[in-house]
Amino acid sequence: MKLLVILVIALAIIAIVQLTKVYEFTRSLRKSKEEEISPADNKLQANLMLVWMFVFFLGTIYLYARYGDSLPDPASEHGKDVDWLMNLNLWMITIMFFIMNAMLFIVSWKYYYRKDRKAKFFAHDNRLEMIWTLIPGVTMAFIIVFGLITWNKMTGPASADALQVEVYSKQFDWTVRYEGADGEFGALSYNLISSDNAMGIITKEKVKAQIESIDAQIEDIKVQIENNKSQPVMPASYIESLEDKIYRLERHKQRILDLGEGKLPSGKSEWETGADDRIAKGEMHLPLGKEVEFIFRSQDVIHSAYLPHFRAQMNTVPGVPTRFKMTPTITTAEMRKKLGDDKFDYILLCNKVCGAAHFNMQMKVVVDTPEEYEAWLAKQKTFVAEEKPADAPAPAADTTATMPATAQVNNPTH
Amino acid sequence: MSTSEHTAHDHDHGHGHDHGHDHHHHQESWISKFVFSQDHKMISKQFLVTAIFMGVIAVMLSIFFRLQLGWPGEKFAILNFFLGDKWAPDGLLDKNAYLAMVTIHGTIMVFFVLTGGLSGTFANLLIPLQIGARDMASGFLNMLSYWAFAISSVIMVASLFVEGGAASGGWTIYPPLSALPQAMPGSGTGMTLWLISMVFFIASSLLGGLNYIVTIINLRTKGMKMTRLPLTMWALLVTAILGVLSFPVLVSAAVLLLMDRSFGTAFYLSDIFIQGEALDVTGGSPILFQHLFWFLGHPEVYIVLLPALGISSEIISTNSRKPIFGYKAMIGSILAIGFLSFIVWGHHMYVTGMNPFLGSVFVFTTLLIAIPSAVKAFNYITTLYQGNIKFTPAMLFSIGLVSTFVTGGLTGIILADSALDVNVHDTYFVVAHFHIVMGMSAIFGMFGGIYHWFPKMYGRMMNTKLGFVHFWLTLVCGYGVFFPMHFVGLAGAPRRYYDYSEFPFLDWVMDLNPIISGFAIVGGVAQLLFIFNFFHSIKYGQPATQNPWGSNTLEWTTPVKHIHGNWPGAIPEVHRWAYDYSNPDHEEDFVPQVVPLKAGEHEH
Repeated sequence: MKLLVILVIALAIIAIVQLTKVYEFTRSLRKSKEEEISPADNKLQANLMLVWMFVFFLGTIYLYARYGDSLPDPASEHGKDVDWLMNLNLWMITIMFFIMNAMLFIVSWKYYYRKDRKAKFFAHDNRLEMIWTLIPGVTMAFIIVFGLITWNKMTGPASADALQVEVYSKQFDWTVRYEGADGEFGALSYNLISSDNAMGIITKEKVKAQIESIDAQIEDIKVQIENNKSQPVMPASYIESLEDKIYRLERHKQRILDLGEGKLPSGKSEWETGADDRIAKGEMHLPLGKEVEFIFRSQDVIHSAYLPHFRAQMNTVPGVPTRFKMTPTITTAEMRKKLGDDKFDYILLCNKVCGAAHFNMQMKVVVDTPEEYEAWLAKQKTFVAEEKPADAPAPAADTTATMPATAQVNNPTH
Repeated sequence: MSTSEHTAHDHDHGHGHDHGHDHHHHQESWISKFVFSQDHKMISKQFLVTAIFMGVIAVMLSIFFRLQLGWPGEKFAILNFFLGDKWAPDGLLDKNAYLAMVTIHGTIMVFFVLTGGLSGTFANLLIPLQIGARDMASGFLNMLSYWAFAISSVIMVASLFVEGGAASGGWTIYPPLSALPQAMPGSGTGMTLWLISMVFFIASSLLGGLNYIVTIINLRTKGMKMTRLPLTMWALLVTAILGVLSFPVLVSAAVLLLMDRSFGTAFYLSDIFIQGEALDVTGGSPILFQHLFWFLGHPEVYIVLLPALGISSEIISTNSRKPIFGYKAMIGSILAIGFLSFIVWGHHMYVTGMNPFLGSVFVFTTLLIAIPSAVKAFNYITTLYQGNIKFTPAMLFSIGLVSTFVTGGLTGIILADSALDVNVHDTYFVVAHFHIVMGMSAIFGMFGGIYHWFPKMYGRMMNTKLGFVHFWLTLVCGYGVFFPMHFVGLAGAPRRYYDYSEFPFLDWVMDLNPIISGFAIVGGVAQLLFIFNFFHSIKYGQPATQNPWGSNTLEWTTPVKHIHGNWPGAIPEVHRWAYDYSNPDHEEDFVPQVVPLKAGEHEH
């Protein structure tokens, strides 16, 4: 590879030196001036226009033939509409692309300068201009109408019995939450996020535990400050940052104390419905043929949940839950068969730049038959350990492991 | 035909005379002539040379990250040579450095080359010359505008060298990523410098823009009605208006972001848990930033493109030896594009969770832009039709501009359609689209303008043959880079990824990446031809004649040697529009604007 780089640089230098020589040479030979393009040069440029047109068009056709059939058939209900519309639009713009570029290059080629000709003084023509205002106008009207019909279908309200799936993003992974047996999600607060509560689900126990944990941290820091008073080893600025940390922890505690316990329409408390929520990491399963309404959340920066095979995408925004609905129509097994690829998997990937590991923030998506889906879901951990299936391991361990190593900071100097 | 009601200000003529005499009396010092110059022609050259310098940096950055994208994981000695052991240990590009380069490449190209460089150069050079004025309305503000630009350029380049690296959140710097130093190293000092640099840049743009507007409205010479202005003037006028109305919104977005970063406010931040800590700030909305950013960001696209379209109108008409087709329709479409550009910003935000109904409104307004754009494209082609085309390098670039404007504009139709945008949003399809319109069309307009007005700027000609080679290499490589990207995007490849090898579903389309990188390297190196031609010709080019292209506009009535005040005698009076090429009433195939109408001749 080094060789290639050196080669490129060497070639560039040689090219410039040679061209300089050519330049000096032509300059000394030339009798005509720079601004007077010789008939031969002019003709050459005109012909190159035509040559380029053919090269360009053949290249385009090759790319369409080789790479045009881009993603496999859509695996969602609305995806079919999207693909139909996309194909319609692609056809239209491709045809326009060929027509307009052909006109441009052919006209350029045909009307090159000749001394004995005079250009036609043709300054405007209202009829022509009307035609090429109206044609794009009418075309756009069609595109807008078709586009909005599909858009409204995609973004309309989800049906009442749609499966709710919450997709939770953070640098640099995804977590998925499904409703528990009670059919309701528990409320979330970012103030409750801790090593054993990756999404910050609120339960009475978690609130208590978080406050205790904050109190313990405050105590720790106070002890540090006291020790330093009797035997000053740390710089004053560090002590200041510790005091600042205490202040922030107290505010954090206050925000938790301020959390209100909301009631769901069913009359249950939002704080009681979280314990049985099922949480999956690294893999999301969806049942075939059932409408799914995603609720997207983010813990830190904006990410984007992009599901190319389902023609679906929605940003995840900290502080603002977003939604997208779709109905999977092809199971992973069927798609594998269709593509003749045993290893094929649907995928959810991050499509909004979010940091160094953005390029690998992905999660496998599996579309199951409803039975397989139920079986898989039953195996997933519930949020609170007591309600977990008897054979599952304790849930706390793996959430800490996925935090970036640098997350475990005690250093309060930010 | 009487034009007395449109005459410019008489006192300006008197004033102009004084200027002309002044010139002979007092000798300017080197500093006031070349450094703190208030002469629009010198300021224009300052803008251009600064923009070329910034452009070289931006293109080098793009080649660096294209090496990683084309051959992921490979080690390149050249990367280590330029970037050092921290950003390219052993020649393998660092992940954070990759994002920083993508970000700074975009920032420099959009703002420093295509806004500062394109508008700054040609508005300054052409406005006084083409409307017949001694100088800009305020030479002093004009000087400040350049120096604010220079300061912002220095800060932006300096940000590449700070601890943690330059801003890395993409040129759109969406918070919270850009607001939180914990989120990525580039969101530290690098981001602060980015924001400070942009504040200077915007100040520069506003000072310049106000000056351009005032000058075009007030300082036109006698007979220069608005409907006799060359299309470059219309394009630059509308560009300046767009800038003056939209850049202040970016300042507010940037200042609020600075406050979120430094003073603990929460305009854009809410409910954030990062690096083991639940942040104190809450109640803001990251989406607010996107609204503010794109309220500038979309007009910005036209701030970039309109001057290029104005320049190419002028060049195509001159070198086809034909009047521009549909002069009034061209003005109308510039105005329509300018107006519509303010009500389409939401099409960047279809997948942010914005209300879908609002999305529908933006679909409608965005697709309307296709109509004036189509009118412009057809008018260009009709101007060429039955012309007598001289393929100067400027003309080649202008024809290239029309081709790329069509190609890039058409894919915009897909991106404007919210239902379709969902699946191609933030993929390489978008990268292909905006590079073909900005990275090719607008850049071609800039190259065209430089080749065309070089004799006016430096009194010498650029080498035509090198210009030919430069054009063909740039056109072929430009399309070679950006055209295949459509297919990479349609296959579902997101932009701003460091490496795609973790995604088996993309493997089959990734063999395009080395090809794209190859074209990028050749295309980048080809720009050395231009740089060589440009700087060599400043000193050694063939001396220019007064009107080398046989052009009608007023700038070609000024002497080759620059003088302060532009015209040695009185400012010429204008009697006709700028596009009387091959007028059957006249022998010559061009009739300068200063030639009075013949008895019985109808003005167009």
